[in-house]
Amino acid sequence: MARNPVTWLGVPAFPEAAHEALADSQLRRNLRHATHTIRDKRTRVVSEVPDWEELRRAGEVIKDDVLANLDTYLERLEAAVTARGGVVHWARDAAEANEIVLRLVREAGTDEVVKVKSMATAEIGLNEALEAGGVTAVETDLAELIVQLGHDRPSHILVPAIHRNRAEIRDIFRREMPGAPADLPAEPRALAEAARKHLRQKFLTAKVAVSGANFAVADTGSIMVVESEGNGRMCLTLPETLITVMGLEKLVPSWRDLEVFLQLLPRSSTAERMNPYTSVWTGVTPGDGPREFHLVLLDNGRTQTLADPVGRQALRCIRCSACLNVCPVYERTGGQAYGSVYPGPIGAILTPQLVADPHDKQAASLPYASSLCGACFEVCPVRIDIPEVLTHLRAKTVAAKPKTSPEKLAMTALGKVFHDPRKYEAAQKAGSLARYLVPGGKITKLPWPGSLWTDSRDAPLPARESFRTWWRNNRG
Amino acid sequence: MTVRVALFATCLGDTLFPETCKAVLRLLERLGCEVDFPLSQTCCGQMHFNTGYRDETVPLARRLGESFAGYDAVVAPSGSCAAMVRDIYPKLLDSDLPGRMYELSEFLVDVLGVTDVGAYFPHRVTYHPTCHSLRMLGVGERPLKLLRAVRGLDLVELPAAESCCGFGGTFALKNSETSTAMLGDKMRYVLDTGAEVLTAGDNSCLMHIGGGLSRLRAGVRTVHLADILASTEEEPWLATR
Repeated sequence: MARNPVTWLGVPAFPEAAHEALADSQLRRNLRHATHTIRDKRTRVVSEVPDWEELRRAGEVIKDDVLANLDTYLERLEAAVTARGGVVHWARDAAEANEIVLRLVREAGTDEVVKVKSMATAEIGLNEALEAGGVTAVETDLAELIVQLGHDRPSHILVPAIHRNRAEIRDIFRREMPGAPADLPAEPRALAEAARKHLRQKFLTAKVAVSGANFAVADTGSIMVVESEGNGRMCLTLPETLITVMGLEKLVPSWRDLEVFLQLLPRSSTAERMNPYTSVWTGVTPGDGPREFHLVLLDNGRTQTLADPVGRQALRCIRCSACLNVCPVYERTGGQAYGSVYPGPIGAILTPQLVADPHDKQAASLPYASSLCGACFEVCPVRIDIPEVLTHLRAKTVAAKPKTSPEKLAMTALGKVFHDPRKYEAAQKAGSLARYLVPGGKITKLPWPGSLWTDSRDAPLPARESFRTWWRNNRG
Repeated sequence: MTVRVALFATCLGDTLFPETCKAVLRLLERLGCEVDFPLSQTCCGQMHFNTGYRDETVPLARRLGESFAGYDAVVAPSGSCAAMVRDIYPKLLDSDLPGRMYELSEFLVDVLGVTDVGAYFPHRVTYHPTCHSLRMLGVGERPLKLLRAVRGLDLVELPAAESCCGFGGTFALKNSETSTAMLGDKMRYVLDTGAEVLTAGDNSCLMHIGGGLSRLRAGVRTVHLADILASTEEEPWLATR
C-alpha cells in the first residue's frame, strides 16, 4: 500500500520537530501575537451569542447523526448531485482521488488549474500529484499562495502562513511571483495588490478549478464553500469545469442544519459574526457558472476512524481552528512541528487516525503533544472532547509497544507498587533516604530520564516522613 | 450531624508534600469535621491513565473505591486527582466514589458552606487556577472567595492565569522542551505580579512552577491553598519546603 501523504515525509516525531521551532524567537513572537489576538476576539464575539452552548450541542448532535447514518446521507447526496447534472466519484484513498482529479483535468484539455483553499486536497497532496502529471495547480487563497510560492509547508488550518511576517512575504513575492515589482514594499495593502494582479490573470484563463467543501447538503446535493477573500467565488464561477474534493464526513442532512454551522464556524474560526463570502452551488446550471461539476468523495482513513466509537468524534470537526488558537503547545511550537496539514489539538487526534499505523513513530508521537489542559475542548464548536480522544489514542500507542519497552516495564512496575500499600510505603521510605545523599533540600541534577525534568526545573525530595507514616505514628 | 470525611492525600501529597496533607487535616478538624485517613489508599492512577496505561489504571481505581467505601465525603487537596476520579472513573468502572469526591475548595464552599475559614496569612499572594480544577471540575471562584476572606492576605491577579503551566504529568518529560517554554511564560507572569507567594489547588502544578522559580532563585514561594487556609495567627504557616 502506498504511504498515506497526510503526514509529511521525513518529519521527525513531535518532540524533535518542536525543538527547532522552540528556539526560533521570531516564530514564537509571531505565533504568540497571532494566536492571542484571535483568541481574545473569539471570546468577545462568542460571548455575544446568548445560546452559544445550545448551538454547540446542536452542532454536536447534527454531526453525530450524520456520522451514525453516513451511508444513508451519502447515497442521498449522490442521488441529488447526479439529478442536478453533477458527477459523483468515490475515492478510497489519496492515490485514487488524485488519479480521478488528474484524469478529469486532462479530459478538460488543460495543464493549469486554479484552486480555492482546500484542506482535503492538501491532505492528499493533490498539488504534488498534479505536478507529477504535468499539471500546474495555482493556489488562490492569499496565505496558501504565500506557502506555495515559498516552497513552504502550512502551519495553521485557517492561516497557513501564520508563521511568516510581512518582510518574509515581500521577499517571497519578489523572488517567486512573475511580474511582482522589484521595489515591492512590505505593506499588507501592497502585498495584497500584487497577489490580486497575479491571480486575476489566472482566474481569467483557467479552464478548471479545484475546490474543497465546508458543507454538503444531502437533501439537495448543494455544496458550500466559505471564505473571506472572494478568490473562492472566482474559482467557483469562472472556469468551465469545477472539481470538488470533499471528505465524506462533511455532510449535513438538510438546509435547516446549515443555520447552526454558519453561526458556529465564523465566530470560532475568524472571530467574525458572519462569513464574508459564502458560496453555494447545486449541480450545474445551463448558461451560468461551470458547465461540468465533479464531486470526489474522499475516504482516506475516514471509515476506519468512524469504526472507533471514541475516536470518531474527530470527524465532527468543521476545521475552524479555534483549538489551535487556544492551545498552549501550538502557541509555542507552531503547526509545522505536527508534520501534517492538520496541526494543533485536532491534528493530534485526526492525523494518527487517518494514518492508522500504530507503528508510525511520528503519528504515534502526536497524541502526546498535549498537556491535557482542556482548553481545546472548551472552545470546540462541535464539542469534540479532544483530551478524551488523546488519552484514548495514547492507550492504542501503548498497546502497540513491545512488552519489553523501558517505559512499559517502568509503568508496570510502578503500577504494582501503587497497588500494594506495603510496597508503596517501603518505596516512600527508600526514596526519603535520598535526603541523606542530596544536600540543599532539592534535586538540581538527575541522570536521564530525570534530566528531562532537572534540565530546567529543580525537583523536590521525598519528605523525611510520608503523610501515611506520620498518620500511623500519631493518629493510627 | 458530623460528616464522616476521608482524606485522599494523593500519592504526590503523601510522598512529597505531607505538610499540605496535615494542613488539610488541621483545617477540616478546625471546621468541625471528623477526618479519617484510610491507609489502604495509594494513587488514583491518573499518571497511568493519561500516559495510555489503562490496564494498569483499573486496579488502582478499584482499590481507591474500596479504600473510601463507607465515607460520606472524600476530600483531596488536588483538582487534578479529584477530576480523575470524578470525570474519568465513570468511563473505567462502576463505582459510587465519583459522587462523593470533592476537591478541597468545593468541599469547604459547597458542603461545609464556609468561605471564611478563620485563616491568617500576611503575604502578597497570586493564584494560578490549575487546568483540571478550572476546566474539568469547574471550581470557578471558590478558591478566590476563600483567599479573599483570609486576614492579612494581599491577593493580586495573575496575568494569563488560565494558561497551562506546562506540567501535564509525563508531558513534562515526553515534551520537556515545550513544557519548559510554557513554564517560562508562566514564571514571567508570576514575577510580574510582584507576589511573594504563588498558590494553587494542586501541588503537582506548584511543583512544576516552583521547580522553575527555584532554579531562577526568584524568591517566590509556591504554597498550596490548603497551607494558606490552615494558617492562623496562633499556628502560622512555616516555610518547610
